[in-house]
Amino acid sequence: MSQQQIDRTIGREYAAGFVSDVESDTLAPGLDEDVIRFISAQKDEPEWLLEWRLEAYRGWLQMTSPKWAHVHYPEVDFSAISYYSQPKSMANRPKSLDEVDPELLRTYEKLGIPLHEQAVLAGVAVDIVFDSVSVGTTFRGKLAEAGVIFCAISEAVREYPDLVRKYLGSVVPRKDNYYAALNSAVFSDGSFVYIPKGVRCPMELSTYFRINEANTGQFERTLIIADEGSHVSYLEGCTAPMRDENQLHAAVVELVVLDDAQIKYSTVQNWYPGDAEGRGGIYNFVTKRAVAHRNAKVSWTQVETGSAITWKYPSCILRGDNSVGEFYSVALTNNLQQADTGTKMIHLGKNTTSTIISKGISAGKSSNAYRGLVRMSPNATGARNYTQCDSLLIGDKCAAHTFPYIESRNPSAVIEHEATTSKVSDDQLYLCQQRGLNAEKAVSMIVNGFCKDVFKELPMEFAVEAGKLLEVSLEGSVG
Amino acid sequence: MLKIDNLHVRVDGKDILKGLTLHIGAGEVHAIMGPNGSGKSTLGHVLAGRPGYTVTAGTVEFLGQDIFALATEERAHLGLFLAYQYPVEIPGVSNMEFLKAAVDTMHEKRGEPALDTVSFMKLARETCKRVDLDQAFLKRGVNEGFSGGEKKRNELLQMMMLQPRLAIMDETDSGLDIDALQVVAAGVNSMRSSDRSFVLVTHYQRLLDYIEPDFVHVLAAGRIAKSGDKSLALELEDKGYAWLEDEVA
Repeated sequence: MSQQQIDRTIGREYAAGFVSDVESDTLAPGLDEDVIRFISAQKDEPEWLLEWRLEAYRGWLQMTSPKWAHVHYPEVDFSAISYYSQPKSMANRPKSLDEVDPELLRTYEKLGIPLHEQAVLAGVAVDIVFDSVSVGTTFRGKLAEAGVIFCAISEAVREYPDLVRKYLGSVVPRKDNYYAALNSAVFSDGSFVYIPKGVRCPMELSTYFRINEANTGQFERTLIIADEGSHVSYLEGCTAPMRDENQLHAAVVELVVLDDAQIKYSTVQNWYPGDAEGRGGIYNFVTKRAVAHRNAKVSWTQVETGSAITWKYPSCILRGDNSVGEFYSVALTNNLQQADTGTKMIHLGKNTTSTIISKGISAGKSSNAYRGLVRMSPNATGARNYTQCDSLLIGDKCAAHTFPYIESRNPSAVIEHEATTSKVSDDQLYLCQQRGLNAEKAVSMIVNGFCKDVFKELPMEFAVEAGKLLEVSLEGSVG
Repeated sequence: MLKIDNLHVRVDGKDILKGLTLHIGAGEVHAIMGPNGSGKSTLGHVLAGRPGYTVTAGTVEFLGQDIFALATEERAHLGLFLAYQYPVEIPGVSNMEFLKAAVDTMHEKRGEPALDTVSFMKLARETCKRVDLDQAFLKRGVNEGFSGGEKKRNELLQMMMLQPRLAIMDETDSGLDIDALQVVAAGVNSMRSSDRSFVLVTHYQRLLDYIEPDFVHVLAAGRIAKSGDKSLALELEDKGYAWLEDEVA
């Protein structure tokens, strides 16, 4: 297969690109303390939370946006962004999915996410975030039986204020970084999960995010607390409609994993990446972090194919002795997409272990960077890390970079790092084509093979979706 | 089945095939022998459609179709199969998955109903047995960490699963011990039929002890220098290629 064929194969249209017709109430662009007061008032928030937001905002004003990532983009104009948007038909919250705007539900169906069917068939409870307001939650009853709380974070603020107040910002402090501070000031909504002591969540929890309003910054806030000895698997999947202007997305996810608990957090991210010339596309600046206490385990698995720019480092603070952190990542960039993604494993406790498996795939003229930190603190006696970082190049105009940072302050700690870079070879494509497969199918098969170590960590239904997503992300006009 | 007329091929600016003519009828087995660098492998690749091979003159018809008007995979869909001399590895893609995708595509292109997973697995396992490969190989990455002989048997496995009309076997016998050679020969012999043809590219007469060819051709300096029946192979074994190269020159 020639270079030209490869280029055609990976040139593709974004399959989830359309705008749905739901009317929205959108706040005028711009950000000041009044906007924050407005958001807080809209949500009937208690005084402490308003103060919390304002404090974050004041901190944010003192900060500057980070420049160290290996990505290039025009300066974001924060005064041109609207900080609050609510689908109109949501003024009165629906009591069940039947009351949800049918247009909204059709949007999900277009994306291949038939909500009812999926919820029933897969046994998954779905908490949808459509722009900024949660519009439906299923399986609430079954979860309630187990004592599991799964709701919008705005609802949790009203219903479970003690839990929210105790843990909000406990993992990602509100002035942690520029985008986390912004999120803390203006976060719209998101998910809240609490798993009580010793409870194994009876089903996988799933949230589908979707950005749907032009120029509306998305500031999701997710807080998951796994109490002692509990267990939960959480799935997050995203798509967004075609859009010409850049959209900012700055989410914060905090995971609290108490003694002997486990959280498995899986993401499939497919936001609009921009067109072949690099116009439009989502700016995805996310802060995701977990704190693992004694004997706790946290596992991040991500499949990132979307966004014009991705800046994302799901991290583990291994605070408790014997705690375990894992990071499995597939990041695919095509056309002019840029990704700077990886993880941080901060070993504080004794005998803590971490595993990092990162697979970066670059196609088109894209740039894909892995950035990872492994830190062994002086108390992390017997700690271990294993890192494997592989890059796959498709075509000859893309780039792959690896920035590993390793800091060890404990002589007994063991750190292993392996890295490879390879190319989808012409001979592999030739073999596939000689056996009758078209170039598109061949590339997708080879790429899926490359990602196998990560896909096997995904929950079954997500693994299938992820394989398809890679195929769609690489598809073009050949065959 | 296959009509090659006056074929000229250039690779990396070098003329490799210089006026090759060869006609292969349905059901026939042709052996192509010849010294290193005479263009034997080039012939297989240019027929299969490997990129980087420029046809400067000549025509090739396969089942009545101009082969150079077809993409690599379209030639495969028509029933052209190349068993590689050096099969590449595709890490992480299981042999099973690879075979299933290829077999499904062939069924679709031939307008045949797709095999259900159970029948496919059964067929794959049986075929493994016929080529003396452990079933565990189905779960391994395509050629990943296979020995030379295992790779060659894996090519045979693919050929048997895909049921081509024309199979070109590029030095499938090289590097095989006598037992493996017999396995390959038995596989080819079992597939011989009146509507399937074979081109065996080989250096050694010993393969032809097990697979009896209808014709033997000697390729030298980019052309068929001499054609005959299987006795020609024995003559070559005896006399080498030098006398033929002199003849061509």
